[in-house]
Amino acid sequence: MAGIQLNTLRKIYAGNVEAVKGISIDIKDGEFIVLVGPSGCGKSTLLRMVAGLETITDGELFIGDRLVNNVEPADRDIAMVFQNYALYPHMTVYGNLAYGLKNRSIPKDEIEKRVRKAAEILEIGDFLDRRPRQLSGGQRQRVAMGRAIVREPAAFLFDEPLSNLDAKLRVQMRMEIKKLQKELGTTSLYVTHDQLEAMTLADRLVVLSGGVVEQIGSPIDVYEKPASTFVATFIGSPAMNLLPLAKSGNEWKLDNGANVDVKLNTDLSDLILGVRPEDLVIEELSEKFDTGLHTALTVHVVEPVGAESYVHGTIGEGSVDVVVRAPGKLHFEPGQILKVTAKPEKLHTFDTKSGKRIELEGALETA
Amino acid sequence: MKRSQFWDHVILVLGALFMLVPVVYALMTSSHDAVSIYKEGLQLSPGGHFVDTYKQVLTEAGGFTKSVTGLTMLWNSLVLGLGFAFGKIIISMLAAYAIVYFRFPLGTFFFWIIFSTLLLPLEVRILPSYEIVQGLGMANTYSGLIIPLIASATGTFYFRQFFKSVPDELVEAARIDGAGPLKFFIDILVPLSKTMIAAIFIIMFVFGWNQYLWPTLITTDESLFTLVRGMKQILQVWIGAQIPDTNQAMALAVLAMLPPVLIVVIFQSWFVKGLVESEK
Ligand SMILES: Nc1ncnc2c1ncn2[C@@H]1O[C@H](COP(=O)(O)OP(=O)(O)OP(=O)(O)O)[C@@H](O)[C@H]1O
Ligand SMILES: [Mg+2]
Repeated sequence: MAGIQLNTLRKIYAGNVEAVKGISIDIKDGEFIVLVGPSGCGKSTLLRMVAGLETITDGELFIGDRLVNNVEPADRDIAMVFQNYALYPHMTVYGNLAYGLKNRSIPKDEIEKRVRKAAEILEIGDFLDRRPRQLSGGQRQRVAMGRAIVREPAAFLFDEPLSNLDAKLRVQMRMEIKKLQKELGTTSLYVTHDQLEAMTLADRLVVLSGGVVEQIGSPIDVYEKPASTFVATFIGSPAMNLLPLAKSGNEWKLDNGANVDVKLNTDLSDLILGVRPEDLVIEELSEKFDTGLHTALTVHVVEPVGAESYVHGTIGEGSVDVVVRAPGKLHFEPGQILKVTAKPEKLHTFDTKSGKRIELEGALETA
Repeated sequence: MKRSQFWDHVILVLGALFMLVPVVYALMTSSHDAVSIYKEGLQLSPGGHFVDTYKQVLTEAGGFTKSVTGLTMLWNSLVLGLGFAFGKIIISMLAAYAIVYFRFPLGTFFFWIIFSTLLLPLEVRILPSYEIVQGLGMANTYSGLIIPLIASATGTFYFRQFFKSVPDELVEAARIDGAGPLKFFIDILVPLSKTMIAAIFIIMFVFGWNQYLWPTLITTDESLFTLVRGMKQILQVWIGAQIPDTNQAMALAVLAMLPPVLIVVIFQSWFVKGLVESEK
């Protein structure tokens, strides 16, 4: 068991592609860290640098107390689970689990013991004599996990291990991975581009974009206090509504000239206002308050998903799309005007240029 | 529909006959004695001398020096065929392994050099090759017979393509599992290449078995003659001035055909099985 420390890690690929631009993360022993971000943001590259499959251009990597920049993957005391499982097709399940141990000259009876134990935990005991191709996707996934477990490594590394499974199985395996990781207490670094997977699995989330860290924090922190407009729109579904506002006189206006009735305690002349779809409440259904946000949408599209409906509309003519998460039993007509409000503590503000979060002093002005 | 099927069959049957009749002729003729063949020509029905003829061909010494039997030639052919096939497989697998998995300076360049030797078959370079082998004192040896033939651009190319199709993640998983380059090759790559090896083995064994020009050039010692190379030579002597031993000639021809046919038949089932149960 050990923590992992990444000190300003950088990766420059041949052709001067800088995929990872100085990332520092301090992973505590036993922690479950999820790296999340859009395609091409450098998640896999970072994970593979930790695994030793990709050389480190610059920076330091510690596993435990050991500097491992130049240590072979096999000697880093890590185990990796790959997206397409990467099982040895010509070996039985038993052979797959045992191979890494054999190469470490672990005695036969110890190998047998560890494989049986892992097989029991993962409920793959009945398949030990089968070849990978005789297994279903979910079973292969378990075998891949088993191969990592038997090694009893200091850390597990996962690169989108669930993305080849169907939706239902993914949810199930997600819970099992979480449970397993807690039981074993093994430090884990998990890559995904699925924000839901990230939220449910992580002790701490690392949101990446373009090779840099946008935010590190617990899923709830990241959700409630996104550090930038990027994080705000990436985490949460449907995404947070962002309204670019500019002050004209005493009023805040959208760039199409529409007034937005919002009270903000700031000297700034422009900012981006963020509000999550579930925090926009239909005025008739809400208690009365004067503070916060009050505005009216023209409904365009309604997406009913059962328990709730996503109502898409605009403020004024042709401005940004605003989504409201409304109770599913209500009925909406396109073209209808919908008055919505949001409490002051539900509003997020971001800098127009940098997109970074701005904390308004004394939060948001009362009346 | 019916009609086109009928014609399909006619064409297939004709094709099959075209291929098979000469073989049947050879087989049947070899079971008669020389005199009756001389009188009545090639035969399509079995005669009564099958065992005699083959025993004679296999065990009776022939040639100028009376040092070579059909059995020796069969053995020599087998050595050439197997040595040729295994040599080519080993060499080309190793070459492809180096080219695909190791970054070394001018790797691609070397690959294209190897590849361009496809344009230089043995026939083109036969004199220099002979000079070298002769100079190394390898004329009239098994190694002289086999080694100059086993460098294989085709094999290297096939294995390179195959290795390239092995998923990178498998290589990485093996690396994390502590398999070094040699272990990875032996534990993972070779087993994965089984079907590929079988396919190349079939092709190369038959190709090696049927070599004519090179053995003719490099072996003058009759005890090293292969079947394909020795058949005519041996018979000329056997025939002498009397009635030609056509039965024996046919028996040798049948013997020369048999092993390649067996190899194909045996390995084909293996090969097809391997293709169906794709391992990757
Ligand atoms: N071997 C390579 N050579 C050059 N550039 C590379 C190489 N591998 C990745 N890149 C580049 O580095 C960047 C990050 O790639 P990476 O695979 O880490 O993305 P990712 O976040 O894992 O994306 P995805 O979610 O699609 O897997 C990309 O712009 C990619 O094009
Ligand atoms: Mg990736």
